[in-house]
Amino acid sequence: MTYEHLFRHESGQVLASLIRTLGDFDAAEDALQEAVVAALERWPLDGVPDRPGAWLLTTARRKAIDRIRREAKRDDKQAAAQELLVGDEDTDMTTITDDRLRLIFTCCHPALAVEAQVALTLRTLGGLTTDEIAHAFLVPEATMAQRLVRAKRKIKVAGIPYRIPDDHELPERLEAALGVVYLIFNEGYAATTGNELVRHELCDEAIRLARLLAELMPDESAVLGLLALLLLHDARRVTRADESGALVLLGDQDRTRWDHGQIAEGVELVERSLRRGLGPYQLQAAIAAVHAESPTADATDWQQIAALYGELARLDDSPVVALNRAVAVAMADGPEGGLTLVDVLEPALRGMHLFHSTRGHLLHRLGRDAEATDAYERAVALATNDAEREFLERRLATVRGSTG
Amino acid sequence: MKYMLLIYTDPSAFDPAQGEKIYGEYMAFTQQIVESGELVAGDPLQGIETATSVRVRDGKRTTTDGPFAETKEVLGGYYIVDVKDLDRAVELAAQIPDSRTGSVEVRPVQDMG
Repeated sequence: MTYEHLFRHESGQVLASLIRTLGDFDAAEDALQEAVVAALERWPLDGVPDRPGAWLLTTARRKAIDRIRREAKRDDKQAAAQELLVGDEDTDMTTITDDRLRLIFTCCHPALAVEAQVALTLRTLGGLTTDEIAHAFLVPEATMAQRLVRAKRKIKVAGIPYRIPDDHELPERLEAALGVVYLIFNEGYAATTGNELVRHELCDEAIRLARLLAELMPDESAVLGLLALLLLHDARRVTRADESGALVLLGDQDRTRWDHGQIAEGVELVERSLRRGLGPYQLQAAIAAVHAESPTADATDWQQIAALYGELARLDDSPVVALNRAVAVAMADGPEGGLTLVDVLEPALRGMHLFHSTRGHLLHRLGRDAEATDAYERAVALATNDAEREFLERRLATVRGSTG
Repeated sequence: MKYMLLIYTDPSAFDPAQGEKIYGEYMAFTQQIVESGELVAGDPLQGIETATSVRVRDGKRTTTDGPFAETKEVLGGYYIVDVKDLDRAVELAAQIPDSRTGSVEVRPVQDMG
């Protein structure tokens, strides 16, 4: 492992502890930065310590104490430095676990704007640089830097606490944290634009964060469900596009190239999560598991998928869920019933290319190719990225071909 | 930390039949934060039809009837509370009766000490 990897791997945990003892994000980042500089001096000479994280934390604390003493003009700063020295002993596993949870829940506090939550999570827990995050979200580095500065300032000035939510707050707060991780994954997975490599990194980072949450809260059903969902989607990542970058539909993907080890892990997690509770992440993961476990596209158990979407629609009345349910019903019972379910969604989804391409597909299956052509034409006009547009244009050409 | 809880209401949505019940809820809420020691100050305000806006530009004072901006929701009252952190302030804000129909803005008070 390179030093850079080591630092990135350890930084979340070290920062989490530093923020608690120093009570300030910026001071913690400065102290960590100083410790990293010290490591770059010492490690090439002394070798990498057995526990690099502990080394960084101890060094960062000493640097912070030095700084407080240097800047001390009042007695209370001396006292604060003294307290930090005492706190040095205090690094048992429970404290470390709790610190990381505190950091997650503070970064994902609902009083921060969602984009600020995402940026702060990637910066502090993920150890990504401001520049990397800016690249991933296609904003100028200065904009991202300002977003981070504002978020940290709000935490400080508005008094957002550095603590684990109480039990009665946990459902709402956990939902926010899981939402951030899911958003990071989707930004990488359902790429609308941008650089491939950066996007893969976002998927990997989201999975790493979900694993961390699952490690910290092993009994939370939704956490296990989210991790399962990400693993199962990600297991198909390499087959989602062909060599030319063109989109490949689930039914046409080369299933031998799916990551079957990761699928096995995902399926096991789905089962564990469903035993503990039923929520949107668990159900979406269960749906992904049915797809992932099916040896061929034709063997897909659409009845079960339609039933799972039915459950999901009861928890989440979004039209996108309803659209997916309609597709599953069409696969299970035939295109006619599916089309009826799709058509009622027109007012909510008419601006979305997926709605029109789904209609086009079902109309084509029903032999109503003139209407199918019309639907695909609308879908092409609404597509948001090149891969999707090219895919839809090919579909359109096929349908036009069959009308003669 | 001190926070100001600014209570915004939509006067057109006011239901006179609910008036007494809501008044009672405000009294109970105020009593609760008096007893917990969290209340610093708090008052309801008279309606915006009684408001006067003042601007001084280039040394010249202009006085106009009503608030600065035409909005549906208007500032109807406030509390200042002294609590541990934002989470507690938000918890209190959510207990203010008008948070159910209007909204409550939570703002940290700047420490000028």
